[in-house]
Amino acid sequence: MDKVYQAENALELRDAMKRFKKKRNEYSTALKSVSITVKRGEVVGILGPNGSGKSTLVRVISTLIIPDGGDVRVFDIDAVRHPKEVQRHINRVSVEASFFKKMSSMENLIYGAKLYGVTDRESKPKIREILGSIGFDLNRVNEPMEHLSRGMQQKIALARALLTSPMLMLLDEPTTGLDPRSKKDVQALIRGIRHTHDASILLCTHDMDEAEELCDRIGIMLDGDIIALDTPHALKQRYQQDGQAPNLEEVFMAATGASMEDIEAKKLEEEEKKAGVK
Amino acid sequence: MPHLGKPHWLRELIAVWGFAQRNYYLTKRYFWWDLVWLVYTTANALSIGFIGVAAQQSAETTSQFTTFLLIGTLIWSYLSMLFDILSETVSWERWEGTIEYTFMSPASRATHLIGTSIYAVIYGIVRMIIMLVTISLFFDLRLSDANYGAAFVVLAVCSVSLVGFGMVAAVMPLLSPEKGQQVTFIFGSALLLVSGIYYPIDVLPGWMQALAKVSPVYYALDGIRAALMEGAALGSLWRYIWPLIIMGAIFPPLGIWIFQQGEQFAKRTGRLKRSG
Repeated sequence: MDKVYQAENALELRDAMKRFKKKRNEYSTALKSVSITVKRGEVVGILGPNGSGKSTLVRVISTLIIPDGGDVRVFDIDAVRHPKEVQRHINRVSVEASFFKKMSSMENLIYGAKLYGVTDRESKPKIREILGSIGFDLNRVNEPMEHLSRGMQQKIALARALLTSPMLMLLDEPTTGLDPRSKKDVQALIRGIRHTHDASILLCTHDMDEAEELCDRIGIMLDGDIIALDTPHALKQRYQQDGQAPNLEEVFMAATGASMEDIEAKKLEEEEKKAGVK
Repeated sequence: MPHLGKPHWLRELIAVWGFAQRNYYLTKRYFWWDLVWLVYTTANALSIGFIGVAAQQSAETTSQFTTFLLIGTLIWSYLSMLFDILSETVSWERWEGTIEYTFMSPASRATHLIGTSIYAVIYGIVRMIIMLVTISLFFDLRLSDANYGAAFVVLAVCSVSLVGFGMVAAVMPLLSPEKGQQVTFIFGSALLLVSGIYYPIDVLPGWMQALAKVSPVYYALDGIRAALMEGAALGSLWRYIWPLIIMGAIFPPLGIWIFQQGEQFAKRTGRLKRSG
């Protein structure tokens, strides 16, 4: 436990690689050779189009995918060799809220907390406190999850992660698909996590404004590789032209040679072409 | 972070309770579906009982044959429920979309499977008792000499080994998200075929009888029938109990080990991810 508290970095990835077998002798590379460090208390964003490897990166850190090579250390613990030790200190919120939809939010949260060794007596007051702080109507706490809006479900997903007091939060597109109001609420909650829960955060998103607003440093990810990683200010300086500071969207275009939408459209076209060939 | 200061065994114990409680919550939410399923299996059991009555032998042999069939039906209903709940551990969570959250939690796989098993045993016993009461209203069962205590011991020992069988079957959907669950049906039907649920295994071809000898259900059924129909004492059931104890010592650790290998394979190949 001391080792965890003494570690300088929340996360260190060195040359993490992963490829998946598609067919005989055919592989797709999800992570080429990714290196990234998240310091304790830092919020690092990973900005990239769909299919750039963001979710694989989060799954590797979450111990859900074993990398083919490289080093993954969470609070200086080797996540590949000692996944159980790492799992105690991390939690994750993904684009899909992923709950037992017939169970109520209270039941889902109590269950989720127990998997981390948190008893009912410890979790129930904390659940009410967290739900209260995110503006969740406590009268609805016993309603099945399927009756709640997606925005509400995503807030419950964040509450589930917070219940286990993670020291590293992995947020994989937590606001994708939410209406503007819910998106703002969830972003405010993420901002609050940093201050009230003293957690380090890795936030994967393809929302430029979200990345700029919430992150200390931003990495641009493309085709399984992080091609730039710096503070928003430094990234803008690096890619400025004619003395004018670009916005993050222009930074992304300068770094990748195309807009996020163009890259996604091209990828889709390639996939459709491949499917057509079959 | 009070949970981080707890000893490892206590955190695992809390998680065992978490898995059992979660399945209770789900049964509560799917109550009407479970009720329909109970009515369906009870109706099936009754129809099998009436096959015994229709055999039209003497009153005594009819009663004996009907009791033989219904014990088989009841025990199979319990054991197959246990097997199904265990074997569906992965596919159910994959369907709900929660599998990655379960697998990235610090609860061990043994804890996961034991918690699921404990609930399955309790749920299966409650269900079997309801079926037994209903069935006894329809038939003259030959249970006057029954040694319920001995039957319960045989059932309990068998449950342990069947939990191991279920764990082995549960790995299939991890290896193949698309076809894995169907493979578990083959496991279940093989147990049904060779274990002597509706007939003594003597009627089976020799090679099937050999298979029956490695099925815990076979020993459980013979032992429970002897206890309930002949009032056999626990001591005389030893020949059924010792193979079950051996299987109970081998199958659950083997099941957990195989499941862990399957988990590693799924993590290397990216198969944990929800599909569909």
